[in-house]
Amino acid sequence: MARMKFICDAERCIECNGCVTACKNEHEVPWGVNRRRVVTLNDGIPGERSISVACMHCSDAPCMAVCPVNCFYRTDEGVVLHDKDVCIGCGYCAYACPFGAPQFPSQGTFGVRGKMDKCTFCAGGPQANGSQAEFEKYGRNRLAEGKLPVCAEMCATKALIAGDGDVVADIFRNRVLKRGKGAEVWGWGTAYASKQAGQPGVSAPEGAKS
Amino acid sequence: MKRVLSMTALAMLLAACGETPQTLGAVRKDDSAYQGTGKGFAAAGWKQGDKAAWESQLKARAQQGQNDYGRMN
Repeated sequence: MARMKFICDAERCIECNGCVTACKNEHEVPWGVNRRRVVTLNDGIPGERSISVACMHCSDAPCMAVCPVNCFYRTDEGVVLHDKDVCIGCGYCAYACPFGAPQFPSQGTFGVRGKMDKCTFCAGGPQANGSQAEFEKYGRNRLAEGKLPVCAEMCATKALIAGDGDVVADIFRNRVLKRGKGAEVWGWGTAYASKQAGQPGVSAPEGAKS
Repeated sequence: MKRVLSMTALAMLLAACGETPQTLGAVRKDDSAYQGTGKGFAAAGWKQGDKAAWESQLKARAQQGQNDYGRMN
């Protein structure tokens, strides 16, 4: 199996926010925290596009690189997760992330910044799979239930696709071939290192995991 | 007076001995997803703990649920 990836097909996204709602409901995410958001590009201009954005579980995750307490880890499937027992809520990851994925709940009288919260690719956290402790801190562990992230599974137009990188890339490629347009995948190059934003593309080294 | 001073000096000298190490520990490793949750909410069609079955389950689910060209055409 390759690694887990998200693709958001801007040709299909209708900005319904179903993915956002599904995520909040599935993981009982607190007020003020949005693990996933729908962003409109070129809003108000003919040809505007919407995309659903969350943690992309980058190949070379900048959040992992900057974390001063080393709370991030990567699963065998390439999902970037973090340990809330180690996180100190410093916010460095929020500055480093190109997608604005790390979220900080503001709770308490003075709105103290809490521990970081982000999309887990519905893979929970370091606690035992499917345990109550894992659910309370990170939400449902759907991957361990043999399911895919709920945002993608609930997407009405199938704009958001999630799963094994090779499978989702094949699905998207087939769509582009059939419709003959819309081959751009926003954030794909930034997250999976084939091309950094604004930079010329660099092909992946031979034998590298896709 | 001399005794108090020597006791204070000794206490200051030994103060650092109570420091706990601040080196970063290894991040706790997670259980692999293919091991399952051991609960009944898991999707049907794969055996929890079987890596190959889990991988094929996710691939099949991605195709069935997300590839509408494959489903309808």
